[in-house]
Parts: sequence; C-alpha cells; structure tokens
Amino acid sequence: MIKLVRRRLAVAVPVLFATSIGMFLLGAASPMDPAMQYAGATAFTTDPANLAQIRANWGVDDPLPVQYARWLGNLFQGDLGWSTSRHEPVGAVIAARAGWTLLLIGVTLAVVLAGSLLLGTIAAYRRGGLFDRGIRAAAYAVESMPVFWLALAAIAVFALALGWFPAGGLTDVTATSTTFGDVAHHLVLPVAVLTVSQAPWFLLFVRDSVADSLRDDHVLAARARGLRGRTVLFGHALRTALLPFLTLVGTHLPELVGGSVLVETVFSLPGLGAVSVQAALGSDFPLLAAITLITTAVVLLANLCTDLAYTAADPRVRIDG
Amino acid sequence: MLRRTLPLTLALLTAVSLTACSNPDAGTASSSTKPLVVATAGEPDTLNPILGYGTDGASLIFDGLVARDAQNTLIPALAAELPVVNGTTVTAELRGGVTFHDGTALTADDVVFTYRSVMDPEVDSLLRSDLDMLDKVEATDASTVVFTLKYAYAPFLQRLVLGIVPAKALTGQDINKAAFNRQPVGTGPYQVTAWTPGDKLQLTANDTWWGGKPATSAVVVAFVADDNVRAQRTRAGEFDAVELAPKLATPFPGFGVHKVPTADYRGVMLPMKNPVTGDLAVRKALNVAADRSAMVTGVLAGAGEPAYGPVPPTSEYAEPSVAGTGSADTAAAGKLLDDAGWTAGADGIRAKNGQRATFTLMYPATDSLRKELALAVTADAKKAGIEIKPEGLTWDAITPRMRSDALIMGFGNPYDPDFVSYKLFRSDFAEQGYYNPGSYHSAVVDQALQDGRSRPDNRKDAYTTFQKQLAADVPWIFLTYLQHTYVVRDGVNGVSPRVEAHEHGVENSIWWNLHTWTRA
Repeated sequence: MIKLVRRRLAVAVPVLFATSIGMFLLGAASPMDPAMQYAGATAFTTDPANLAQIRANWGVDDPLPVQYARWLGNLFQGDLGWSTSRHEPVGAVIAARAGWTLLLIGVTLAVVLAGSLLLGTIAAYRRGGLFDRGIRAAAYAVESMPVFWLALAAIAVFALALGWFPAGGLTDVTATSTTFGDVAHHLVLPVAVLTVSQAPWFLLFVRDSVADSLRDDHVLAARARGLRGRTVLFGHALRTALLPFLTLVGTHLPELVGGSVLVETVFSLPGLGAVSVQAALGSDFPLLAAITLITTAVVLLANLCTDLAYTAADPRVRIDG
Repeated sequence: MLRRTLPLTLALLTAVSLTACSNPDAGTASSSTKPLVVATAGEPDTLNPILGYGTDGASLIFDGLVARDAQNTLIPALAAELPVVNGTTVTAELRGGVTFHDGTALTADDVVFTYRSVMDPEVDSLLRSDLDMLDKVEATDASTVVFTLKYAYAPFLQRLVLGIVPAKALTGQDINKAAFNRQPVGTGPYQVTAWTPGDKLQLTANDTWWGGKPATSAVVVAFVADDNVRAQRTRAGEFDAVELAPKLATPFPGFGVHKVPTADYRGVMLPMKNPVTGDLAVRKALNVAADRSAMVTGVLAGAGEPAYGPVPPTSEYAEPSVAGTGSADTAAAGKLLDDAGWTAGADGIRAKNGQRATFTLMYPATDSLRKELALAVTADAKKAGIEIKPEGLTWDAITPRMRSDALIMGFGNPYDPDFVSYKLFRSDFAEQGYYNPGSYHSAVVDQALQDGRSRPDNRKDAYTTFQKQLAADVPWIFLTYLQHTYVVRDGVNGVSPRVEAHEHGVENSIWWNLHTWTRA
C-alpha cells in the first residue's frame, strides 16, 4: 500500500506540472486585460499610458516563458504570487477562504453519503413500495432543479417566511467574532441545499445497486440460511453494492465543488467560489493557477483514497503496487 | 479546528436547527449599542486612498483636504479654509489638532506623501490620470501645503477630496502590497476594526474626530454581490440601509425607498467614420426618434430621467435649452431624413446614393441595462426607417471596433463638467482608448472645453456654448440619467441623499453622512 501511495505521488508531480503549463497557455489565450479589470469602471476615464504603466509594473506583457519561469521560481520558494484581482498575496486569499469551502463540501459530503446509503438501501429493500416510489419521484424532481433555484427557494421559505435560519452570510451581520454556534446556524441552509441537490444521483445509484445485489446468489443464500433481514441487507447486499459506489464518489467530487461555487454565491459565503469567478473574469493568473493546482491535487488525492478504500472493502481487489 | 470536528458539527447543526426559531435576538447586544448595518454590492479592492479607495471623498475612514456637503458643494475638511488658488499655485493651510486613528498628529508631510505616492509610477494608482495637471506638491512648513500646477486648472480643488494617509505608516514600503491597504489608518469619523473580504467591513466610531463624535458608535458594511440575495436578506431584516436594483427596491413594511439622482448617463456614441452615423441628418433623426420616457419607465423601472447632454440637470452648469420633452417625434425624424435625401426603400429602410441606412450598435453583453437600451434605440430607429443591428460583445471585442461602430456608453460624475467631458469630446483625444472613440471634431467644443478649465471667471458661458454645440452636432444620443435606489429602515434619521456619481459602494452612497445617522 505504501508502494501504491509512493507511485501515485510520483505521477502527481508531472500531472500538476502539466496542469500549470495548461493554465498558463489558457491565460495567454484569454483576451482579457488584467489592468482593465483592476481599473473597473475607472478604466473608461483612465489614460491608456497609466494602464500600460501598471501592466509594466506587473510584468504581464512579458513573454510567456519569462512569466512562467518567474512564477515557477517563486512557487519553489513558497511564494504563490500576488493576486491582481484581490490585491493581496494568493496565499492569504486561499488561507482566508479555503477553510470555509472545505467545511461546506466536507459536511455536505458526509450528509450526502450517510443519507443516500441509508435511504437508498431502505428503498431497495422495499422496492416498488410507497417509500421507494416516493423517494425516486422526489429524487428525479430535485435532479432537474438548478441548485441556485433551490437555494433561493430555501431562503424564501426557511429564512423569509418561517424565519428559522439566516438568509446568508457566515456569521450574524452584527457579530464581532466568529463563534461555532453562529457559523453552524448559518451553514444549515447552504449544507441542506447542496445536499439536496447532490444526493439524488447517489441515492438512485445506491437504490439500484442494492436492489440488484439483493438478487445475487450470496444474498439469497444468506436469506436461505435464515439470517436476519437487517443483517442480510446491510451486511451482505449493501457491502457488495458499496464497491462501485466508492468509485463514483471520487469521480463525482468535481461536481460537488461546482455546486458549492453556486451555493456560496447565493448564500454570500466568503469561500473560494466567488474569488474563482472573479479571478477568471479578471485574468488573475496567479490566483487561478493556485486554485486549479489545489483542485487538481484534491482530485488526485480523492482518487487515491477511493482506491485504498476499494482494497479495504473488497479483499479480492489487490492493486498492483 | 472546525474541519476536525465534522461529526460534532453535524450534531450541532441539528441541535441548532431545532432551537433556532425560539429567540433570534438572544446573545446580541442591547439596542443602544447595536451597530448600524448597511449593505452594498460594491466591495472595495483596497482601503488605501492612494490606490483608489474613496477617490471622490465620503469614504468614512479618511478625510481629504476638502469635502462635499449635501449639495456637493466643497467645504474645508483637513484644510482649515478652502485652499487658495492663485494661477497655477494652490496653497492649503491645515486644520490644527487633527490626529490619525493611531494617535499621531496630521502634518503637511502626510499630505505631500499622499499626493507624491499617487504620482509615483511604481505605484499602481489610476488616480494619476486625474492629476495630470499636477506638477509638484511641497510642504512649506508643518501646516502648509503648496501644489504647483502645470497649467491653470479651474476645478483643481475638486481633486483635493482624496483621503490623506499617514506617511509614517507607509514610508519605505511597497504601497501596492502594504498591509495598510487592508488595515488602514485614517483621520475619518470611523476606523476599521476588521475586514472579512466577501463578507463585511466592521467599523467603530473615532470619538475624537475633528468634526465631532459620530452619533452611532459601530457600523457594519455587508458585502452581498448578488442583487436578488441582497433583496432577500433585506426582507429578512438584516440591513438598516441597502442599495437594490430599481425593480427590487419596492417598499415593504418597516422600510422606505429612496430614489437618488445621479450624474451617471447612458447614451449611444455615434462614430464619425461610419458612413451612416457620420451623416448629421441621421444622427439628428435618431436623436428625435428616441423615446426616452419609454426607456425610463420600461427599462429603468422609473428610476431615471431623460438625458440630453453630458451635464446633468442637477448641475449649476446645465443648459436647459438643450433638453427635449422626453417623448419620440418620429414624424420630425422622417422629415429630417427626407430633407437630407434619405428615401425609404421597399422594406421601409431608407437609403441615400446607394448607401443603406443601417449600422451596428455594440453593447457589453454582460450589462443587461445597456442591452435593453440598445434594443429600445433599435426599435425607435426602425420607426424612422433606420436599421440598427444590436450586437452584444465583450469589451475586448468592442474596443477595436469603436472607431467605426456605434456603442452604448456611460459616464458621469456630478462634481465638475470638465472631469469627463474634456477628454470625451475634445478632438485631440480622438481614438485614445475610451476617450472620444468616435473621432468627434468641433473647433467650438474644443475651445469651450479649454475655456472651461483655464478661465475660472467665465465657466458658465463656456459650458453653455459646449452643450449647445453638442446638441447641434449630436456626436452622441444621450438617453437617460440613472437613479440609484436604496431601501432604508423606518426610524433611521439623518438620511440626506445627494447627487451621486457612477462609482459608489462603501463610499459615496446614500450613507455618505453615516456619522450623523441616528436610530429611533
């Protein structure tokens, strides 16, 4: 297993390297001018020479290899660069925001996994029943709703009409410090919305997968031996169904990240979502590169974890390390 | 820490969700110390005036040498009196006894440092474009600053609203990257406690402010970029004052709506090098065919007024004779075109000497307001027999085509007619970036704009001449002035809207005088 981890890390380095070069080429192909973005509406009353001076200060008109070498050199010294759209070091932008995005995604993922496994298995056990039909109909309905629409609807019902939860923000707008309870209260709606929007896909998969394995020979055999229904369902049928599910979680992670960008925007959460959009619109290469590299690293890590979990769940699987 | 306690978080989320509705105010302070909360989409990139925060003053955190009152009239601030202009020399005497938030005294060196930093090419400041008349700035003693101009510039005092920073806090640092930009120290009525980017700015009163102790001791500026989300959070009662889009700014219980006039106009720039828009009869016909009143009600939801020139009707320099009635006169447009030899073809579109009356009108695709205005102009022009092809593009695609294709543009600030118009309509700025992209050329306008800035005794006449000539040549079709719409909680006293510029956010919004607001 250690061999596997070591080999994956060896592959990760060239992947990250290639990603960063790809980012640079895309950035160069973008027609957007970072100085124009920096100026905002002021650009229209600014002397073109003034804008050229700022571009020169930033070195964004230098040849591409020069810019890349400079960026890479700084990276090896632990300097991620200066964000031209946020006006602060890239490291500081990410440090201040990545935690909130990870919290949102982490909690959501936990709720999605637990909820879809439980509900999907129950639906499969009583397939064709009222619960099964109801939950499938609901899942298909939610699947077709855009996440920002769900978010606005949730705000309208739970924040405005019922007043149970705040409509947005990370803490109470008048709070002077960040407390656990305050943040938790503010995260209920975003997590719920992101969960509801992501869960149907997982839930339907678990339901079909468990329903299939309930017809497998080893499950029928377990039943025939007179084992308890719950033991058969969770111990035998679910465990078989779990294997393809684990693969799916790894590949589905980017979609969860995408959904979190929208949820962060609607609930005005200071995560990485809003700054990513701003960085892309403003040709803020240093920030975009850092976010892309982190995302790539997270996906590689998720794939590794999936593989490791696979070997743990199924003793027959031996990854050729 | 939060990430390591996911299971606990889940449990608490559930627990909190069950108890949340019982008492929403529990734990917050009593109402007398409750902060005033204002909300805006316009989060600043920096809080350093040198880099562009609060360049038009009213920045809550900083003071300039001068400030503007409710009528946008200049009044002394850090200067004891309005500075004295003597040809190209401007002398400012500082107010005595002013201190920065950190307790250090304000001196002339701080003023000199602020302006010299703006002029420094190493500093990424866009204000240099506004100060191109400034030659040098010097302190002649601890409380006297002398500005020397390259040429006589009548509205120079307007440029002295820029916030003054303490030299000590920034000397020897890279101003572009200084920590000061996020934790600034000023002399203004409020000082920064914390800034959570993307979320909010927390301010506390500067009780020793030279202008008097602020009425409210704590202020929060919430940053909510999305219009709909801001509207929903307003309805949930989170904010005391908030800017909303006109269609969302409807009255609801406990809140009232303020429509604030601006000097921010939208219009169609008509390039002289285009064979159709280069024809004066076509430009005049388009001008009278535009139904500005319909645009105000239809596109702006009533939050605006018809525009006929670049000097807003609220300005003392506005020339009333150039204004029209607001409604379209298609018959007059038809007659103008008939007389000039543009005759209607089989499809209703006119032509002259084989040239069809058709041109492209560009607009930035992401700006829905400009898009709707472009479509309205297109529909009005069609009635007069002129075909417009509206085209939504990015600025990068628009810029190289501005010389020959019409464009929906917008500018405007209420402070002085020289500020935008000098570069927008003078022929020597033709095709320089966004200045005069249509190559408008009029010797009368060139002279009037020059007189307006160099002959302080006769500015009113100069700008009257300018506006009349513009109305005769129609290089632009001015469509509407916008209004900014705010929703303010009932019982908030001291709200005194003033004419606003295009740029507004933390600074220069309806809460420009926030330090005098009180709550019943």
